[in-house]
Amino acid sequence: MLDNWLYIGLFIIVALFIPAVAVSLPRLIGPRKPNAIKQEIYECGMETVGDAWVQFKVQYYIFALIFLIFDIETVFLFPWAVAFDKLPLFAVMEGVLFILILLAGLMYAWRKGALDWA
Amino acid sequence: MGDPINLISQWFNNLLLGWGLAEGLVKVISLAIGAAIVATLGLVTVIALIWVERKIAGRLQDRPGPNRAGPFGLFQPFADMIKIFTKEITTPDGADKVAFNIAPILAMASVLMIWAVVPFAGTVVGANINVGVLYIVAVGSFGIVAVLMAGWSSNNKFALLGAFRAVAQMVSYEVPMVIALLVPVLLARSMGMNDIVAAQTPWFIIIAPLAALIFLITSMAEVGRAPFDLLEAESEIVAGFHTEYSGMGFGMFYVSEFLHVWTVGALIATFFFGGWSGPGAENFPILGILYFYMKTFIGYFLVTWIRLSLPRIRIDQMLAFNWKFLTPLSLVVLIVTAVVDKALEMAGVERWAYALIMLAANLLIGWIVVLILKAVEPNRKRQRVEFEHRPVAVAPKSTDS
Repeated sequence: MLDNWLYIGLFIIVALFIPAVAVSLPRLIGPRKPNAIKQEIYECGMETVGDAWVQFKVQYYIFALIFLIFDIETVFLFPWAVAFDKLPLFAVMEGVLFILILLAGLMYAWRKGALDWA
Repeated sequence: MGDPINLISQWFNNLLLGWGLAEGLVKVISLAIGAAIVATLGLVTVIALIWVERKIAGRLQDRPGPNRAGPFGLFQPFADMIKIFTKEITTPDGADKVAFNIAPILAMASVLMIWAVVPFAGTVVGANINVGVLYIVAVGSFGIVAVLMAGWSSNNKFALLGAFRAVAQMVSYEVPMVIALLVPVLLARSMGMNDIVAAQTPWFIIIAPLAALIFLITSMAEVGRAPFDLLEAESEIVAGFHTEYSGMGFGMFYVSEFLHVWTVGALIATFFFGGWSGPGAENFPILGILYFYMKTFIGYFLVTWIRLSLPRIRIDQMLAFNWKFLTPLSLVVLIVTAVVDKALEMAGVERWAYALIMLAANLLIGWIVVLILKAVEPNRKRQRVEFEHRPVAVAPKSTDS
């Protein structure tokens, strides 16, 4: 078991190392002639107006919030699914009830119009 | 003699031990080499895939595709590689330099890391951990962070728009994807990849076709390819989150996208098409690898085909499709699977009857969904706009009469 995690640790290092080399290599063998116009931020050839780091639409924020709720839900459901063999009918129904409550939450967000792109 | 890969690794271990190295060090070295081989294999596959995909795209769009460099254009990806390696990497003014340079590395790494737990064959599996599915979901989310970092750090408005869309899209489609993944986990009673493969008698595509369909659609959205390529929609926001990237910085996003599609094919094959299993695969792992690659390619081809056939969807359609259709549907599929599974287990039916009843339950859900969709929008018919016939080119009237 520990071997497997050692392998994953080594794999993560390798997976970071290969693209890091690939990105660094052109810096060694490629040309390097920066100038003011080349470094400019692309905006269809016009001069850039203002900063890009601006306030964003709150709609994106609401979707991120709904996502958070459902992501935590699935974390609870994974152990439930793995231990399904050992669960009595009561526990299965409890799990179903849990999903239904979250479904009701989704319906609430739907009725409130949080899911509409306006 | 049926397992040459483990044979070679054992021989290698013994060789190193014979040199007088400590046992722990030998283990680390052989595991590191294994990891490097699997990761390199992924990248080599991408080189082949770029050629394959361009050839398929050419065939579907009625053109030859790459055919100049080498026989059938086979050397085209290598020519592209040489070109992209010798190009300058520019960093725009005012960009967040650290995040800007880390983002392409992270994008590539997030896809590569998934391959640590994918079983190639019964005995050829990198890490057979008991939380494989959870690991895939966790590592796959790094890709979203990479896209966000790239878009945010570029200091470019198009890139920022692409990053915002990435939040809305990739984060949203993660929900039905994970819930669809719960179905094979529930059916196999395990999160280990090899356990899921072993539990597939018959394949889960028969027992849970709806979950497979949801997983296919949501994975395509996660990859960010047409019809879900809103985060880099070239006709709307230039190139989306990687507008400011040049040379290998862009190359990494490009390669990671190809590898991600291939990974989606591998995951679909593992979760729903029996992975490496097939006739004779238990005794001969090489056969298992062959089956696995064939099944993966089928999944890959399917995604490519859909990509080349469908136009891009609008952002409101994309979000409505996810939150108002896929998410409730996946939850219902999960509930029905759980209840029917428990009921059949208590009734103690045979395996073939179990599979048939599960299939019937899935078909029933599909039928009800179609009925509901028809009830919601009864008069929705495909609108066909008839244009007056206009010839594109008219032959000049002959003047000599």
